[in-house]
Amino acid sequence: MASVPEPISKEQVAHVARLARLSLTEEELELYTGQLASVLAHAADIEALDIADVPPTAHPFPLSNVLREDEPAPCLQRDEVLAEAPEVESGRFRIPRILSEAP
Amino acid sequence: MRVREEGPADLSGATGLSAQEIAARVRGGELSALGVIEEHLARIERWEPSVHAFNLVMADEARERAAAIDALVEGGADPGPLAGVPVALKDLLCTRGAPTTCSSRILEGWRPPYDATVVKRLASAGAVIVGKTNMDEFAMGSSTEHSATGPTRNPHDLGRVPGGSSGGSAAAVAAGFAPLALGSDTGGSVRQPAALCGVVGVKPTYGLVSRYGLIAFASSLDQVGPFARSVADAAAALDAISGHDPADSTSLPGPHESAASRLGRGVDGLRVGVIAELAGAEGIAPDVARALEGAAEALSSAGAKVEEISVPSVTYGLSAYYMIAPAEASSNLARYDGVRYGLRMPGQDVTEMYMATRSAGFGPEVKRRVMLGTYALSAGYYEAFYGKAQKVRTLIIRDFEQAYRTFDVLLSPTAPTTAFALGAKTADPLTMYMNDVCTIPSNLAGHPAISVPFGTGDDGLPVGAQVLAPALGEPLMFQVAEVLEQAAKGQAK
Repeated sequence: MASVPEPISKEQVAHVARLARLSLTEEELELYTGQLASVLAHAADIEALDIADVPPTAHPFPLSNVLREDEPAPCLQRDEVLAEAPEVESGRFRIPRILSEAP
Repeated sequence: MRVREEGPADLSGATGLSAQEIAARVRGGELSALGVIEEHLARIERWEPSVHAFNLVMADEARERAAAIDALVEGGADPGPLAGVPVALKDLLCTRGAPTTCSSRILEGWRPPYDATVVKRLASAGAVIVGKTNMDEFAMGSSTEHSATGPTRNPHDLGRVPGGSSGGSAAAVAAGFAPLALGSDTGGSVRQPAALCGVVGVKPTYGLVSRYGLIAFASSLDQVGPFARSVADAAAALDAISGHDPADSTSLPGPHESAASRLGRGVDGLRVGVIAELAGAEGIAPDVARALEGAAEALSSAGAKVEEISVPSVTYGLSAYYMIAPAEASSNLARYDGVRYGLRMPGQDVTEMYMATRSAGFGPEVKRRVMLGTYALSAGYYEAFYGKAQKVRTLIIRDFEQAYRTFDVLLSPTAPTTAFALGAKTADPLTMYMNDVCTIPSNLAGHPAISVPFGTGDDGLPVGAQVLAPALGEPLMFQVAEVLEQAAKGQAK
């Protein structure tokens, strides 16, 4: 039987926020820690179930390897897609530098 | 009955007609599609400022489209089974060239370069899109209060929520802005607002309706479904949008029986199981429980064999759902990074840009769920939370299989209470999540379910009864729902 994890801490919330690319203020961190803890506490009911032998379900129906005929078909127009991008250069998405050192 | 002034839920003229009546008259040349859309637009102009069902009203496009349909009819052509029928779309269905926001700042101003398959199918059935409806941001919520454009209000009582997350679509149909609307249902987001707004709402079998162009929330659960003011209209709408789509790898191969194929047959001899764990669940308000007893009695009087049935694992549905859905959402919403579309906030490097963009673009509920999902999937917690939840999902599927050996359909309340006051549940996320307790099990199993208005609560507001069916059991589900609808009308007289 799985052990019930400790309530989520502020440090853990700060960690998952970083993983999810969210920056939180101190007040938000405080608020979300309490709220996530209460949702996770509710999930203690499934924590406590002894269902090691039950197979998991990832998808309601067993559809797999869904393939279509390999026939050419038009795709989205590049210019139309790029027109919606925040920044574009030479037909590509432009982003700020990836490494933090100055070029 | 409460005595009150005329409100947004009191319908008349073309805005009181069913979708099928409109289509029949437009196809027969007795009613012009343009006239129909003008009446609906006038009603929107009158009541939309109070209700806020829409993020975008597409008046010019709708008039143009209606005129084109009238021209087809004049030329002797048939525009299709939904000829001239106004339809409202939840603002997470992509419409080429028309803003699609998910009620989020992060997609503000984005114009999709393509139409969702369901939008194309509506067009080829002759429908007229009236606009894009408000919702909880990225479909995360049960009240339409978590919207960057402000809350939608319930047409039956403007101080109350319409439910959510497809609250704008439910309110639009209840207020006569359109006889049909589409929403999406991941944990109850069509059925729960339908119940709270007194309209019919359908969550089809997973894979029956294409999701190409539906902006993803939780991919193993999401399904597009219709709202209507009658069971027959809802079946007609589902028939118009369902069917295999090669552009969606989760789309079930067809053909499928029409959802309307068993309408009019009654319920004589059918076996209906009332789910004990949901009908009498803690948190189900006494007036809702009473209305459900009335629904069970109505089916029994119509000749069905109605008995209570235990589906024990559904009580774990809420916990399983609030691990699985946020986990899938945390992955699906990783794409909103300020690179390809929508909002971008400045940053010195790309990571700073991601963080600034996502922190400014997402509202609090989306942030909560993304963090919850990231946590549930993270090293050391995966087995305890996400893995356990997937196993519970198997238990729920097995329990339903067992129940459907004895019963043709199952019955439960749709939502635990009638519409609640704005602001009543926003402070505590868990209290809000409890709204989905009766609707979640069908999503986890991939089964269809429908909410039909049945009776009212102590406050005079609508209550919904939920009919659940096994996978691809839509024809039977609509057959039973129609009998409930007739019984509810008989009682209201």
